[in-house]
Amino acid sequence: MSETTPILSGHELSFVAGGRALVADASLELACGTTTILIGPNGAGKSTLLKLLTGEIKPAGGAIRIAGDDLKVVPAWRLACLRAVMAQHARIAFPFSVYEVASLGVDGIGRALTRQRREAIVADSLAAAGVIDLAGRRYQTLSGGEQQRVQFARVLCQLEAGRSVAERQVLFLDEPIASLDLCHQLSLLDMARSIAARGVAVLVVLHDLNLAVTYADHLVVMDQGRIIAQGPPARTLDDALLRQVFKVDLTLSRAPAPGLPFLLPQQHRSRPAA
Amino acid sequence: MTLAAPAPSMATSALTTLIAGRRRIGALAVVGFSLACLLLAIVAIGQGAIAIAPGRVAEILMAKLGGNAALLEGRDVLVVLNIRLPRVLLGLLVGAGLAASGALMQGLFRNPLADPGLVGVSSGAALAAAATIVLGDRFLAGTMMKLPFAALPAGAFCGGLVSTLALYLIATRGGRTSVATMLLAGVALGALASALTGLLAFISDDRQLRDLTFWSLGSLGGASWTKLSVVAPIILPLLLLMPLLARGLNGLMLGEAEAYHLGIPVQRIKALTILLVALAVGASVATAGLIGFVGIVVPHLIRLSVGPDHRLLLPLSALGGAMLLVGADIVSRLIVAPAELPIGIVTATIGAPFFLWLLLRRTSVLDV
Repeated sequence: MSETTPILSGHELSFVAGGRALVADASLELACGTTTILIGPNGAGKSTLLKLLTGEIKPAGGAIRIAGDDLKVVPAWRLACLRAVMAQHARIAFPFSVYEVASLGVDGIGRALTRQRREAIVADSLAAAGVIDLAGRRYQTLSGGEQQRVQFARVLCQLEAGRSVAERQVLFLDEPIASLDLCHQLSLLDMARSIAARGVAVLVVLHDLNLAVTYADHLVVMDQGRIIAQGPPARTLDDALLRQVFKVDLTLSRAPAPGLPFLLPQQHRSRPAA
Repeated sequence: MTLAAPAPSMATSALTTLIAGRRRIGALAVVGFSLACLLLAIVAIGQGAIAIAPGRVAEILMAKLGGNAALLEGRDVLVVLNIRLPRVLLGLLVGAGLAASGALMQGLFRNPLADPGLVGVSSGAALAAAATIVLGDRFLAGTMMKLPFAALPAGAFCGGLVSTLALYLIATRGGRTSVATMLLAGVALGALASALTGLLAFISDDRQLRDLTFWSLGSLGGASWTKLSVVAPIILPLLLLMPLLARGLNGLMLGEAEAYHLGIPVQRIKALTILLVALAVGASVATAGLIGFVGIVVPHLIRLSVGPDHRLLLPLSALGGAMLLVGADIVSRLIVAPAELPIGIVTATIGAPFFLWLLLRRTSVLDV
């Protein structure tokens, strides 16, 4: 599978709500086998851009193509085979069990699969997300982090079920590690990378810059609805950008081995306010 | 899956047991509910001014189904086939329709308290019925008698449908229906309809007021094969089509955006659900009056006992609602015999305290 073919591309996208441009002139491509990480301050338009790319909202301007087709004309079920989305907040109205929540990923698009296959997919995904022991529990009784892992298992189910139809896929993760402990943060991001290694284009919205540069093949920086910079993390993030976008006066350091930048918030504490 | 770390075999086998257990409970519940429903229906046919043994009822029904005319003689045959059977069938249909509508509405609104009564379907139907009783009597007394189909049910049916369509239009902007707006608008329209119904009651005379009161308390009393032939084609499609909505409603539990991400045609599911519910509730209000609490209590009980998966919840709610209404009808016929208590009084006096007991029994607020 060629790593350079973009499966999804957004061209000069814009979105306006209440007279305010939430996304303006944003262009980006997601390539199979690549982990793209989207960073930016609160309200930069990261989630809106994600919603545009998943087809949840329609752009005011610009065009999106997925697997060679215009996103507008791809029917919902086909789109569900091509891409899976893990949203930021996921509350569930009724007392569904963890197993039932994860199964939702295969119930819709996995109808053509045998029951045994569907059950195997759900079991594997629950195991991969580390929540198989919670399978019989009610979703609502879980902690926030556990719920997030169950949602991740559901998304894994959908990807696996969609794989029988679509050869190339996209995975969207909107702040997937917000409620996770460090161990599960790393294991989820490791899994996202191994999914990418399997040939899936992965887009992750993250807030932790150190994790972002560690896990990204391609880093996209957004501010005030616009994409300010994008490229390999080592060349994309610099002190000027940090000051301009994140409004922090910190100096990036270079990690010894792969030459990736990192920053220490301790500098901020030791320095008088500018 | 390649990315999965090899799962501990203990956990996987425990999971397999769990799934198999769930499936067995589901199958048992469907079979058990169906049998119980059938038995209750046979008992209900036997109850009344002329008591008929359940065995004899079964015999008559079998003879009728088998076309065995020789066995179909006697007064009890007439009572069973012409009076009791249509009444029990109407009870089954209306009960199933109300409970299934409740379950569908709750799924659509992602709220365990949503009920056709709450979103104005019932109050719209009630207003139209009141208008038919009070105004129709006053201005169209001559014409009303000549109508081929009873004007009251027709009015109620149209009222329910019109109020639902109005809500749907109010809550839809640019092809998207806001469920929250619909709930709020339903409360407002319901209040308006109740006020107008009150106004009609205020200007009505004594006889009209009595008609209005009895109708608003609900009754299966007027059941006939003619009535049944009107209601069945409206409620049966709901019962037959609702399995198609089950997966979609399950997906909607995650939220509309997530359901869309899962490939569910969200707008189509919403529109179909609303249409089916409006039709079924309009038809049942039209034939049996206002019968409360079936749509809330039954799905809630099923969710507590079997779980919230709509693939089981919808059929079990329908069966449970059918049983509840036929059971309540037995009570309403026996408790003040030879008179009849309006069935709405029975369902509410059983339903409301039972519901409160359920709420008090909960260990935490998460259980709903």
